Amino acid sequence: MGRIGYFILYVCLAFVAVFQIFPLIWLFMFSLKSNREIFAESPFALPTEFRWENYQKVWDGGIGLYFFNSVWITGLAIVLTILLASMATFAITRMQWKLSSLVLGLFMVGLMIPIHSALIPLFSMFLSVDLIDNPISIVITYTAYNLPITMMILLGFYYTLPREIEEAAIIDGCSIHRLFFRIILPMTMPVMSTTVIINMIYNWNEFVFVNTFISSDKYKTLTVGIQNFIGQYMTDWGAIGATLIISVLPILLAFIFFSNKVVEGISSSAVKG
Amino acid sequence: MNKVMSNKLMIAIYVLPALLLIGVLIFIPLALTGYYGLMDWDGIGEMTFIGLDNYVNAIQDSLFWDSAWHSFLLAFFSTLSLAIYLVISLILASKIKGADFLRKIYLVPMLLSSVAIAQLWIKIYNPSNGMLNSILRGFGIDNPPAWLAEPDIVLYAIFIPILWQYAGFYILIYYAALKNIPNSLIEAAKIDGANAIQIAYKIKVPLIMGVIKVTIVLAIVGSLKYFDLIYVMTGGGPNGASEVMASYMYKLAFTSNDFGYGSAIGFLLLIITLIVTVIVRKLTADKEEIQY
Repeated sequence: MGRIGYFILYVCLAFVAVFQIFPLIWLFMFSLKSNREIFAESPFALPTEFRWENYQKVWDGGIGLYFFNSVWITGLAIVLTILLASMATFAITRMQWKLSSLVLGLFMVGLMIPIHSALIPLFSMFLSVDLIDNPISIVITYTAYNLPITMMILLGFYYTLPREIEEAAIIDGCSIHRLFFRIILPMTMPVMSTTVIINMIYNWNEFVFVNTFISSDKYKTLTVGIQNFIGQYMTDWGAIGATLIISVLPILLAFIFFSNKVVEGISSSAVKG
Repeated sequence: MNKVMSNKLMIAIYVLPALLLIGVLIFIPLALTGYYGLMDWDGIGEMTFIGLDNYVNAIQDSLFWDSAWHSFLLAFFSTLSLAIYLVISLILASKIKGADFLRKIYLVPMLLSSVAIAQLWIKIYNPSNGMLNSILRGFGIDNPPAWLAEPDIVLYAIFIPILWQYAGFYILIYYAALKNIPNSLIEAAKIDGANAIQIAYKIKVPLIMGVIKVTIVLAIVGSLKYFDLIYVMTGGGPNGASEVMASYMYKLAFTSNDFGYGSAIGFLLLIITLIVTVIVRKLTADKEEIQY
């Protein structure tokens, strides 16, 4: 292919890159503007001065609390999901029992389920055990719905672990718990970090469960919190922009520092719609 | 060794917590959805058994069919857009410098929450101060539409952020598949005198057909489940013009408190998704495995 041909291809690719990134740059720009700039001047004008006070205002106005809720709910659900998924994957791939492939099949069916079909019964179940408007309902729901994808990512790694390690450990008199927690779990660190990233993205961005199960402001996470919040600042674009930037920043930072892990995680989660 | 690794108590300790969670929070609710669908129920009071009335109503409910039609339209657009993603991936995988960086740039929107994406695009579509209409006015179009308020265009307007969100995901998958094609095959074709377009169309695309079929299933099944983005951007409006199956179900249950009918729609959503998955898998099933 000639140089002109390559030039045209690069222009196409650059155009796609601009389409993908520019909306976010535009968002960042209006998050630093005052309303006068937004309504009186071109949407593409740079902010005359960087109004970081937009960020201060929304953080103190409630976003700080939603942010904190997102952090601990996401974190707790990640720990639970990965612990339970690792234990189940260990038992399914490494221990000998007749029903192991049937049980694995059940987990894999969980990958295909449209979550909305389970939403109404989940709501009424939580209502009957008084877990509506309680963050426990969110944490256990996140854990349950992320178990299948997490196990699917872990499976391949567990299958390739050499048998000799277990044999040696058990001949030395090592218990199952010791074998799992001290030997197997540390060995799976690379693949666990991939599942951490995937779980983090899913939990941080989840909307419908929190929107349905949580009604008190004090338990809301960012996705639902910013919904109310933006209603309140209806015409204050700077505040809305700052809110949105704060809500996406942790994931973007994770992507900047661990982009290869994110790419790996997203590729291996391709089975989930 | 075998005795330790087949200890029933230990197996139970390791498997049961996860199994109980998916049993109680995934499988039981799915069964209950079908059951609640047989009830007249407001979610709080007594349930009354009414047989298949809710399901019969759903089949005669034009609002339900409209929402199903919108879901299928989005599935159709999503499938078509795979061709665009494939072309971009083919370019990206053809010895482009910085391809690795570019595919990461493309992936960024995929990492954002649907709520943030919806709010951002509400601003982009804002009739007076939004990015899109400012660009259009710059090109001399005096009265650009209020994108999300027009029943005839709202569904297309919603599809653009969906395209934006998922582009990087599909490009990532296609790019990885294309990079797996052995170079020797491409070189052999070049020696036979094939040009770049022939190589792409006759060699590369057939070789990654398996992956393309998987993405078709993903795009269709994923589209049938769309909810967050539409719920935030338009709430199904204006006047139901962007209602999809999941948002219609949500509205029935949590706005109209019609839990029985909402459950019936939720169960139909499950059945439709499963049927479509099976059909698409059948249609795209490999008749012959490609070896390379």
